[in-house]
Amino acid sequence: MNSRSKLAAAPYLLWMIVFIVVPLILIAVFAFTTSVTCDAEGNLLTEEELSEYLAECEENEVEPELTERTVFTIKNILDVSKYSTVLINSAWLALIATAICLVIAYPLAYMISRMFYTRQKLALMLVMLPMWMNFLLRTYAWMTLLEKNGLINRLLGLIGIAPLNMINTQGAVVLGMIYNYLPFMVMPLYSVMTKIDDRTIEAAQDLGANGWQVVSRVIMPLSMPGVASGITMVFVPSVSTFIISRMLGGGTNMLVGDLIDLQFLGNAYNPNLGAAISLVLMVFIFLCMSITNQLDNEDMEGVLL
Amino acid sequence: MDKNKIIELKDITMNYEGEPVLRGINLDIHDKEFVTLLGPSGCGKTTTLRIVGGFLTPDSGDVLFGGKRVNDVPPYKRPVNTVFQKYALFPHLNVYENVAFGLRLKKTPETEVARRVGEMLELVDLKGFDKRSVNQLSGGQQQRIAIARALINNPKVLLLDEPLGALDLKLRKEMQIELKKIQQRMEITFIYVTHDQEEALTMSDTVVVMKDGTIQQIGTPQDIYNEPRNAFVADFIGESNILPGIMHKDYLVEFAGNNFECVDKGFSPMEPVDVVIRPEDIQLVPASDEVLNGVVENVQFKGVHYEIIVRAYSDTWVIHSTRAPEVGSIVGITLTPEDIHIMKKSDVKKVNYFKSESEAEASDIEQQI
Repeated sequence: MNSRSKLAAAPYLLWMIVFIVVPLILIAVFAFTTSVTCDAEGNLLTEEELSEYLAECEENEVEPELTERTVFTIKNILDVSKYSTVLINSAWLALIATAICLVIAYPLAYMISRMFYTRQKLALMLVMLPMWMNFLLRTYAWMTLLEKNGLINRLLGLIGIAPLNMINTQGAVVLGMIYNYLPFMVMPLYSVMTKIDDRTIEAAQDLGANGWQVVSRVIMPLSMPGVASGITMVFVPSVSTFIISRMLGGGTNMLVGDLIDLQFLGNAYNPNLGAAISLVLMVFIFLCMSITNQLDNEDMEGVLL
Repeated sequence: MDKNKIIELKDITMNYEGEPVLRGINLDIHDKEFVTLLGPSGCGKTTTLRIVGGFLTPDSGDVLFGGKRVNDVPPYKRPVNTVFQKYALFPHLNVYENVAFGLRLKKTPETEVARRVGEMLELVDLKGFDKRSVNQLSGGQQQRIAIARALINNPKVLLLDEPLGALDLKLRKEMQIELKKIQQRMEITFIYVTHDQEEALTMSDTVVVMKDGTIQQIGTPQDIYNEPRNAFVADFIGESNILPGIMHKDYLVEFAGNNFECVDKGFSPMEPVDVVIRPEDIQLVPASDEVLNGVVENVQFKGVHYEIIVRAYSDTWVIHSTRAPEVGSIVGITLTPEDIHIMKKSDVKKVNYFKSESEAEASDIEQQI
């Protein structure tokens, strides 16, 4: 890299340091520290010493003199294991949502990629259209649809079916994930599929491949990079969402996102634990992604969006 | 009735977005024949090939393979294989797997696959390239892989859609010879699409000249060159002077202000005709009153010969000669009766088919159909 391009890269480097590296370090620092109570001299107090000291102060009717100190600990990280069911539940729901998105998006993206050029643009716009609306509004709309007295149940009532319990279920959370993140699966799939040359498909047919063989031997292997980035782009936001589970899961289906939210902005205020959960989630996502990236054949160019 | 006809096209018509692309194609293709579909872009040659391959279904007419109608048989069930214009190799597979693709679909045993792929790679002179990625190969090598991949299924007919279009001139000449050799060694039929008349004349047993969705002439390369049926064929196959003339009676034609003896007959008296003369058939002689005289306007060296532009009477003549007259000098033009080809007046006045960019574009449009 010459000095000129170094200079050009400076703003981006600065941006990355300020908004990516520094926050990451802060999260790590929070995750591995905790606040402890010390006496006026800064000596660490055990629980017993502290309660003794407080009792003493009360007896003598003096204000207790205490200081706070930040110390290194791995207790936060270990504590995360208490919430492993939440973590597993989040990963499970996100996995289901990602799988369903893939099943829906794959044929859709293929059909769009084989349409006439101007139709492709229109179809893509229709896929993206819901995203022009506010995320909260979209999710809120689903609440009113799925409610006990919501639109769907009222329609079902008209044809004599007893109201279904749809809102505040895991199914509703998964539905919310699929609805919100489907375009993120369609787009990368579409962008790799549109690069598959029609002649390559014709060559396969010409050599004796029937419809299914064309799909399994040519289209699927060639679209793997798109599958990998689509999975990443749906799984990551799904696993860490908290709005969808709160609005459609009704708080009964707590996800990792909710848990983190609770530690920073909720009743269980504990930024250290919150940071520790985030860190664990980050490592978890990183591991998942390195597995998905194996789908990406080494010869193929990865499609980065 | 010819016994070894393997493909017959009967009255094929095809429209694309309301525009006729093929208007009644009738063509018989024989066993072990090297047939070239030749014509300018947009003439329907690629469309014809794709109909044979099964990628397009004609609007009307029949495609017969060995006497059986195959209009609705999908490509994967047809006993033909195709070499595509831009090779269309599978980018996710290496050389070996690309060539083996057809056999793998048939669940061929692994030892058989290895043997056949080895044979094919040897045939196209790419032994030892098995493990290479196809993206690392040069255009010529990719072309050879495409040929090997198409031939491994032992097709009765190989379809080639301008397979040498993307190669440079020298490589193209080498590949022309090689393709012809392969065709003779494999003893199968080749249907070859090109817009390059020289390529067509070099390789083919039969040349089919097409224009605007119709067949202009079918014949051996010699027939097509020496006895073009109309002015379009004459001009498309090699350079030609096409002059307006009037047929006075059998064996006598008037053009360029003179009467010439010729070898053609059977026209009505005083019928307007096109007179076609090959540039290399014209003799330059010293100017005199006995011959047609003209002014030399331009002389260009072309390697083997000079290309001389002469203005005589009201026509511009292209003449090929091994000696170069001075520009501006007056020369005489002589013709023997055999050099004069009389054509029925066609609507094609003057056709110019220099391979221009607009042609390449038009060709792309045809590809998309």
